[in-house]
Amino acid sequence: MLELDAEAVYRSLAARLREEVVGRDIRLVGVHTGGVWLARRLKADLHVAHDVGVLDISFYRDDFSHSGLKAGVKPSSIAFDVDGADIVLVDDVLNTGRTVRAAMNELFDYGRPARIDLAVLIDRGGRELPIAPTVVGRVIEVPPSIGVVLTCDDDSRFHLTLESRRED
Amino acid sequence: MRTEFGRNPQLNRNGELHHLLSIEGLPRAIIERILDTADGFIASASREVKNVPLLRGRSVFNLFFENSTRTRTTFEIAARRLSADVFNLDIARSSAAKGESLLDTINNLTAMQADMFIVRHAAGGAPHLIARHVAPHVHVINAGDGRHAHPTQGLLDMYTIRHYKRDFSSLTVAIVGDILHSRVARSDMHALAALGVPEIRAVGPLTLLPEGLDTMGVRVFTKLDEGIRGADVIIMLRLQNERMRGALLPSAQEYFRNYGLTPERLQLAKPDAIVMHPGPMNRGVEIDSRVADGTQSVILPQVTFGIAVRMAALSIAASSQRMQ
Repeated sequence: MLELDAEAVYRSLAARLREEVVGRDIRLVGVHTGGVWLARRLKADLHVAHDVGVLDISFYRDDFSHSGLKAGVKPSSIAFDVDGADIVLVDDVLNTGRTVRAAMNELFDYGRPARIDLAVLIDRGGRELPIAPTVVGRVIEVPPSIGVVLTCDDDSRFHLTLESRRED
Repeated sequence: MRTEFGRNPQLNRNGELHHLLSIEGLPRAIIERILDTADGFIASASREVKNVPLLRGRSVFNLFFENSTRTRTTFEIAARRLSADVFNLDIARSSAAKGESLLDTINNLTAMQADMFIVRHAAGGAPHLIARHVAPHVHVINAGDGRHAHPTQGLLDMYTIRHYKRDFSSLTVAIVGDILHSRVARSDMHALAALGVPEIRAVGPLTLLPEGLDTMGVRVFTKLDEGIRGADVIIMLRLQNERMRGALLPSAQEYFRNYGLTPERLQLAKPDAIVMHPGPMNRGVEIDSRVADGTQSVILPQVTFGIAVRMAALSIAASSQRMQ
């Protein structure tokens, strides 16, 4: 079984993003829930001044008509002006690209960003949309039946686990 | 409200909300989920683009057999902010007036690919009748039926109370006015009970208080001063003008003298008590302008919250799976 040291993967993501955004005044936006944990760590480690924006893309999912509205919707909150902002969108696992599409749609309902980059901890392939990350912690190959799950413990340390996921 | 099969007609077999017909019989978890989801819509309402794409491509029909421009408009705004296609039918003046039966009207509209009916009707139970009749993919939302229920008003009142008081478990809530004819009062009392409010009070003249309130766990008061003493929340009800013409009340002036909420009387409630009203208000009949426009009034926030709560109710009902 594939072993994933989440902290090591995070460190390489942070290092790559630091290089990528040199000289830029970026705003971090995390996709609820894992992306928000990552964005908050990145804000501290990369000394980003602005508050982290939070997106809950439940209202923007494209599978509403057969999966319905997920329980536990959290409000999105973006405290800065999205118009003209240099945004780094942060998520934990990139798979089909549908979450990223939904997140970008929601961002554009706040305003017109000057630029959006995508930072993900894990790219597991399986894209169904033409979406590519700007920086990645690690690229892995896992069968579609296996889910990659990020958790965050009480000491704010990350853990990645593989689990079989139900088909929906 | 249960059918002869013992199943709540509002829920599908998975226990998910499919129609919203009344608060009575709604599990606490569903009420709380609607309130939680509304938080998300409050957040999206502050953006440049207020719409979200949840109900894109769905057709929502406003069927107001009884006129209410305001309530209809709030449902229309809610449905449009969910990106639904909204159709307002002037039903009071068209089909019903021509003698078409309620269910024939529904059949016709279903044939026009309706996905959701928002129903206001003067007869209690009309939305239930429609819900029993519609195709399994169609959802029915009760926007007020007779004296029976007005569940979205009840939900927005709960959202408002939770917003200002955070926790229901130690509250005293007084509902004041024409309890007898009020579907808002009924929906509020069921919702408050479901959310665990320990003291629910009904305050009004004997002629406007229904029987059986005590069996619902509601304390009854016929004197306003006693009824609002120590209250955290005061919900004032609209006194409908037609009640004056009947034998139930002497005059608007006398009603105001006995049951009108004035700044002096409001001091009997807790210092941080909030004052609510479902609108439209009769200033100088049930409420003094100084209270309606005062610092403790949350009547306008209620209207704002009402859009978000209706968006939550519509989207949760629309997301139930087709298994009925």
